[in-house]
Amino acid sequence: MPELVLTKNVGKKDSHTLGIYEQGGGYQALKKALLEMKPEDVIKEVDKSGLRGRGGAGFPAGKKWSFIPKEAPKPKYLTVNADEGEPGTFKDRVIMENDPHMLVEGSIITSYAIGIYQAYIYVRGEYTRSISRLEDAINEAYARGYLGKNILDTGYYLDMAVHPGAGAYICGEETALLESLEGKKGQPRMKPPFPAIVGLFQGPTVINNVETIACVPHIIKNGGEWFNNLGAPGVGGGIKLFPVSGHVKKPGVYELPVGTPLREIIYNYAGGVRGDKKVKAVIPGGSSAPVLKVEEIDVKMDFNSLAAIGSMMGSGAIIVMDEDTDLVKTLRILIKFYAHESCGKCTPCREGTGWMAKIITRIEKGQGESSDLDALLDIANGIRGRTLCPMGDAAAMPVQSFVTKFRGEFEDYIKRG
Amino acid sequence: MSKGLEFSKKTKERLQAIVAKYPEKGAALLPTLWLAQREFSAITPEVEEYVAGLLGLSLVRVHEALSFYTMYTPQPLGKYHIQLCTNISCSLLGAEELLAYLKKRLNIEAGETTPDKKFTLSTVECLGYCGTAPVMRLNETFYENLTENGIDQILRKLP
Ligand SMILES: Cc1cc2nc3c(=O)[nH]c(=O)nc-3n(C[C@H](O)[C@H](O)[C@H](O)COP(=O)(O)O)c2cc1C
Ligand code: SF4
Ligand code: FES
Repeated sequence: MPELVLTKNVGKKDSHTLGIYEQGGGYQALKKALLEMKPEDVIKEVDKSGLRGRGGAGFPAGKKWSFIPKEAPKPKYLTVNADEGEPGTFKDRVIMENDPHMLVEGSIITSYAIGIYQAYIYVRGEYTRSISRLEDAINEAYARGYLGKNILDTGYYLDMAVHPGAGAYICGEETALLESLEGKKGQPRMKPPFPAIVGLFQGPTVINNVETIACVPHIIKNGGEWFNNLGAPGVGGGIKLFPVSGHVKKPGVYELPVGTPLREIIYNYAGGVRGDKKVKAVIPGGSSAPVLKVEEIDVKMDFNSLAAIGSMMGSGAIIVMDEDTDLVKTLRILIKFYAHESCGKCTPCREGTGWMAKIITRIEKGQGESSDLDALLDIANGIRGRTLCPMGDAAAMPVQSFVTKFRGEFEDYIKRG
Repeated sequence: MSKGLEFSKKTKERLQAIVAKYPEKGAALLPTLWLAQREFSAITPEVEEYVAGLLGLSLVRVHEALSFYTMYTPQPLGKYHIQLCTNISCSLLGAEELLAYLKKRLNIEAGETTPDKKFTLSTVECLGYCGTAPVMRLNETFYENLTENGIDQILRKLP
């Protein structure tokens, strides 16, 4: 078992308080960054770490930060994405509830590196405990002089606040999140301009996932190379949280090297399948990631290996389905989710998800027709790549992968009637 | 100004602190609606008007937000709001069967409130507790690893 970095305090008494966090070496990275490092050195270290975004798209964090212009007419902002709405994903909550100061410290270091003086953490409204833990942590950090004016007597200052969401998956999409933070309905913006240039309140804005930012203090304390080497041999990229759910014996969040084989996570860590049944299908990266057949679960869990077999790492959420799973019903649940959450701004996603939901419901009720599967694929192909935000793709990919990889099961369903 | 509707002194102080966190007053809309929902239990048209006035926003903008976000309720709900997740990980472990059980037990459909106003039943999308599925949220408390028996026990204990 590798040494734990992000989850080492999970389950410890009062792990969310400043005292316990400092006893474990908390805020030393902040001191190192502010007292010994120049902002650009912080970015360089994060670059070296191979840290790629943990929210879904896997964009290199250091590179994202370097897009922010040094001089800008409007204030710059950091917004931490704690919307965690992707079905199957429950990892950011574990950090916020158990170690909120790790996120606060990471946010301060990140803001310092980019020259930001205001940070917001956008937390989904349902996460009431995360919200209160973060608010308490922020208050403690202000009281200790880690936030506010003249931090550690360096002259650097930063304000931080929690912004509660109110139930809308689409607000996890970065530009919808900005709209929501501005008090509007959460509909994605046209890009360009990209948030790095025109973001929150028109200012240059960095948006990063909770887990991404929580890695930052560790990278600064121990070095980028150290973090990179925590990844699997030949893969690198550090450690990652893998939330595992579905038909496994021991569901939960597992912190493991990036590049750990999926089979190992399912059998060695999550205890294998309940009732010792066989695996039928696995979703490797949250509900939007194309499903894998059991023959594919030797894949390494890293961005490139998953992309190479036509899926994606996404949020790293692993959903395991045993041999008895009804995939028609499962796909119906997924399509209905996307249809429900489509923000309605663009036609292919708004209409397409609705049509797909109708067809899959009909198939499940035994009223499907033989042409329905091709119709589903046609609609999904028509959505893919033709929408304003990546949610259209997110809705199309499960349909394409389920129907293509398990076509026989869908056809049987239709034949049986 | 709308008919006598007003935040308590404490809530007004909280509102002030919230508004101070943003460079634009309107950005405080979501947290303000949360305050309003907690204080007035529902965001009725009068509450919308009050909130719009407080933040200097048009009524349309408040209404637009209200109808976009699923966690705000324009009508008062039952004393206990049961929100059952029926998304993928919960369904793999029996959420739809639990939904049928809850409907039968409460004798209402999802989206309805019992005649005595004690329970409102809703289905919701993934709550971020997939590792301890199936789960439901009862007001602000999460109940994990749900079973029919577990539901019985939880409901029986409610005053
Ligand atoms: C529909 C949709 C929902 C998303 N939901 C989330 C989310 O809940 N949390 C998150 O961190 N990123 C989410 N993302 C990805 C964000 O848009 C963004 O890429 C991410 O927050 C960037 O952070 P990272 O680079 O640290 O991963 C979502 C994207 C889409 C298209
Ligand atoms: S793809 Fe869907 S969610 Fe994204 S902007 Fe278009 S309608 Fe909205
Ligand atoms: S699927 Fe039910 S909590 Fe995630």
